[in-house]
Amino acid sequence: MNYIKPVTLSALALIASFSVYADDMQAKVQAYIKSGFHKGKNQDPKRLEQDETLKVCSETRGKVSGEQAKAIVEREKATIKYPANGILMGNWQKGKKAFTDGFAMRIGRYEPDAPDKVRGGNCYACHAADPKELAAGNLGTNLRGYGKIRGNTWDTVKYTYDKIYNAQSVIPCSNMPRLGHNGVLSPEQIADIVSFLVDPASPVNK
Amino acid sequence: MAKLTQPSWLLACAIGFGISTAIAQDNADQGASVDDYREMTYGDRDANPALLVVDRGEQLFKEKRGPKNVSLETCDFGLGAGVVKGAYAQMPRYFKDTDRVQDLESRLLTCMTEIQGFDAADVTTKTFADERINEPNMDIEALAAYVAVQSDGMKLNPPADHPKEKEAIAMGEQLFWHRHGPLDFSCATCHSADGKRIRLQNLGNFYTAKDAQKTMGSWPTYRVSHGLARNMQHRMWDCHWQMRLPDLEYGSPMSTALLAFLSHQAKDAPMVLPGMTR
Repeated sequence: MNYIKPVTLSALALIASFSVYADDMQAKVQAYIKSGFHKGKNQDPKRLEQDETLKVCSETRGKVSGEQAKAIVEREKATIKYPANGILMGNWQKGKKAFTDGFAMRIGRYEPDAPDKVRGGNCYACHAADPKELAAGNLGTNLRGYGKIRGNTWDTVKYTYDKIYNAQSVIPCSNMPRLGHNGVLSPEQIADIVSFLVDPASPVNK
Repeated sequence: MAKLTQPSWLLACAIGFGISTAIAQDNADQGASVDDYREMTYGDRDANPALLVVDRGEQLFKEKRGPKNVSLETCDFGLGAGVVKGAYAQMPRYFKDTDRVQDLESRLLTCMTEIQGFDAADVTTKTFADERINEPNMDIEALAAYVAVQSDGMKLNPPADHPKEKEAIAMGEQLFWHRHGPLDFSCATCHSADGKRIRLQNLGNFYTAKDAQKTMGSWPTYRVSHGLARNMQHRMWDCHWQMRLPDLEYGSPMSTALLAFLSHQAKDAPMVLPGMTR
């Protein structure tokens, strides 16, 4: 103990008190969440559980340290699964539908979706893609001409598949849902969407 | 019959107008379409259909109801028993009797159970009308709209002095950034940057005072797409439903903390009530 300079000691105390505060805050957040949502029929409390990545992204409000960023990318990369046939470029016509269809998956007492309702990526909510679709959001990147700009090399195809399957494997704390990892889209649907974005015949690249 | 068909015709008109404006402006600010709709169809805010709901809320407020057969006229919304004028503009706030921070609707629930003897679980079984079946607003929606509209023309100024008020605001902000559900979303995903849209729908940035004030100063509102008056608890529930989460519990500390934070961000908002939004 006596080799440690007083400055270091006070710095340590500061770090300790900050983490106690953070833990206290997290315990409080959990208490609010626990009493904040209805329980019972058509509810799904599992959806309220955060994994390590979401915990870090929430606590830091997306401003992660270099180390945290590295850990997220490593962890999320390891979750990616590919279609059984190994082909990451599917059918762009099917991809157009999967790109456009809503997520479904709503639950609760008021307006739940049918559990077997077809799930899509609801991508136009945030991204422009087919130039003919004007009602496109702007929370995400504009994807018009995606394949024309990036080409359709293996690297582009693989990057695009990985990004859609698990956005956080590319950008830590990305706002984009981890559509494959969270089970919103199947690997086959993701391969179809890759084709919709990359295939020179797709309207995205016209 | 005219009453039933009119809103859907107006809605079709509003949507059509929105789309044509969208094409003309090429994804520019879509706020104009609802303003135009308001001008085209009603001309002045005294004809806002939500005012019919407010009138029904006033009747319900003054009527003897519940197992104890008394009115809500002794309910304390923070400015003293029975004072509704300006009360909503100073909520959420800390209440000594319940020892917690309450928004208008959780406070209303307290008065309905404590003063009138209603069962909270019964009342909260269904707090929102279903727009898909042209259902009229629920009683609790009408009551909340009535009390809130008594702050029309005032400035939003919720207190932030009591430690529990400070805590609610801080927790509300933390919860605003809390990501969960199958889409990994938080409130901040959509509401923490300027000029963002889902499809063509503008998203307010709650870190920009102008945006926060525009939203908080215009609710309760007549939601054209629902054909109903809607209060802030519905807005909070709706966002979480869209985030594919379980139903946000009506009047829960979580919903109240979020509203404490949002109201804090919107401080000094001119209240123009009821509003009219998509």
